[in-house]
Amino acid sequence: MAALKFAPSHEWIRVEESPAAGSVATIGISSYAVEALTDLVFMQLPQVGRRVKAGESFGEIESVKAVSDLYAPVGGEIVEVNAALPGTLDTLASDPYGKGWVAKLRIDDPKELDKLLDQAAYDASVGRK
Amino acid sequence: MTESLLKTPLHDWHVRRGGRMVGFGGWEMPVQYSSIIAEHTAVRTVAGLFDVSHMGRLRFAGPGAVEFVERLLTRRTCDMQPGVIRYTLVTDAASRILDDALVSRENDAAGSPVVGLVVNASNRCRVVAWIESQLPDSGVAFEDRTFETAMIAVQGPLALGIVGRLVADAAGAARLAALRGYRGTEAVVAGVPAAVTRTGYTGEDGVELVVPAAEAERLADAICEAGKADGLLPCGLGGRDTLRLEAAMPLYGHELREDTDPFAAGLGFAMNVEGRSFPGVERFRQPAAGPSVVRVGLVIESKRPAREGHDVLAPGMESPVGTVTSGSFSPTLGVPIAMANVAAAHAAVGTPLAVRIRDAIEPARVVRLPFYSRKKT
Repeated sequence: MAALKFAPSHEWIRVEESPAAGSVATIGISSYAVEALTDLVFMQLPQVGRRVKAGESFGEIESVKAVSDLYAPVGGEIVEVNAALPGTLDTLASDPYGKGWVAKLRIDDPKELDKLLDQAAYDASVGRK
Repeated sequence: MTESLLKTPLHDWHVRRGGRMVGFGGWEMPVQYSSIIAEHTAVRTVAGLFDVSHMGRLRFAGPGAVEFVERLLTRRTCDMQPGVIRYTLVTDAASRILDDALVSRENDAAGSPVVGLVVNASNRCRVVAWIESQLPDSGVAFEDRTFETAMIAVQGPLALGIVGRLVADAAGAARLAALRGYRGTEAVVAGVPAAVTRTGYTGEDGVELVVPAAEAERLADAICEAGKADGLLPCGLGGRDTLRLEAAMPLYGHELREDTDPFAAGLGFAMNVEGRSFPGVERFRQPAAGPSVVRVGLVIESKRPAREGHDVLAPGMESPVGTVTSGSFSPTLGVPIAMANVAAAHAAVGTPLAVRIRDAIEPARVVRLPFYSRKKT
């Protein structure tokens, strides 16, 4: 399985093949973020076909306490969403890097991936070893 | 964490138990330990323990205390017997609502009347300053006892039983068992002398205990230990907010502000204006027509919680008919709920409305308040 990369805003992205323009990447929310949010009650997925820029909000995740935006780690077109996820938000906690995926994105520019954090750098940024 | 936040006597206790500390009303407080929903559910089904030491604890003594407080508060207090507690507002000479509070009557050891006032953390300083500006030259001894005491709320259907197990002497246990709602007494709980009141901010049965600051950890530990087998949980401000929202209890800064009409907010019961002269009373002489805006309950008919400040819409009307004052997901009902100030014409129970939640318009319905009321036994 390809390595995960992370945005500082706690989304992960995984490109299965060697990344090129037009490669499809899977996006989700880090386990750290899910644990920090707790008590998830609502999720707004993006529309399939929507184009997003890196750092642009493409959805929302809401806990009992507050709503948080989901930000695109890289730019591209949303080609698929995990439509079952808003009805089974527990999956985000139980399998954040598998069944808890949020959307698939056809990436515009693979160079944008280089700006993201690898697992070790992300873990360090949130104080995890 | 910001240096300037105040810490309650239970601050380190919270940190040791994994409390997530946040700033609230100038204090560093736990918002949750585990999960807000789990803590909320513990209070509804078993019991929960809350540190409410951040609330201001004020005290009036001396020969002029009862008369001074009678002229200070919107609620009549001169007729209160020792042990009685009432909900009141605190207003100033410009008719601004400075806070809502619980006022209590006790007698001191010598049998002289003492009046207590518990105010919100965020308003304590300005309420204290206002009271000090109104004090007579002599006859009233006014004290802010917030820092020398701690206050612990134990809330839930099993709360009285759990606390009762910690009262060793038969007379104290009997006083606690006989304590009615909005009444206070004294008891030695887990060896700690406590002022005990049957009050709370959760819509559930329970007590609040005021104890010397140095004894707070010992008491909190004893209560957690006594309630452990039942499933008592320490609870943070997150659960306190969802619990009070389900119980439709107002929160200052949300349902209640300086310029709120207390009658519109459903707090007319705290406004004893007949023949009284508290500060700014003129504004509160109720108009015959009734308020034009009223506080209502809304159930949102989707999964998306409405939040404070969101517009309330009526079918076919361009401009909003109201504003959400508090909103969250209701763990007990399993749906998003909100309180809102809505034009009286749209406030009837059952009225279909909607809430603009960011880019979405979600249907909502006016429901009777409170959203939740416990079964009285």
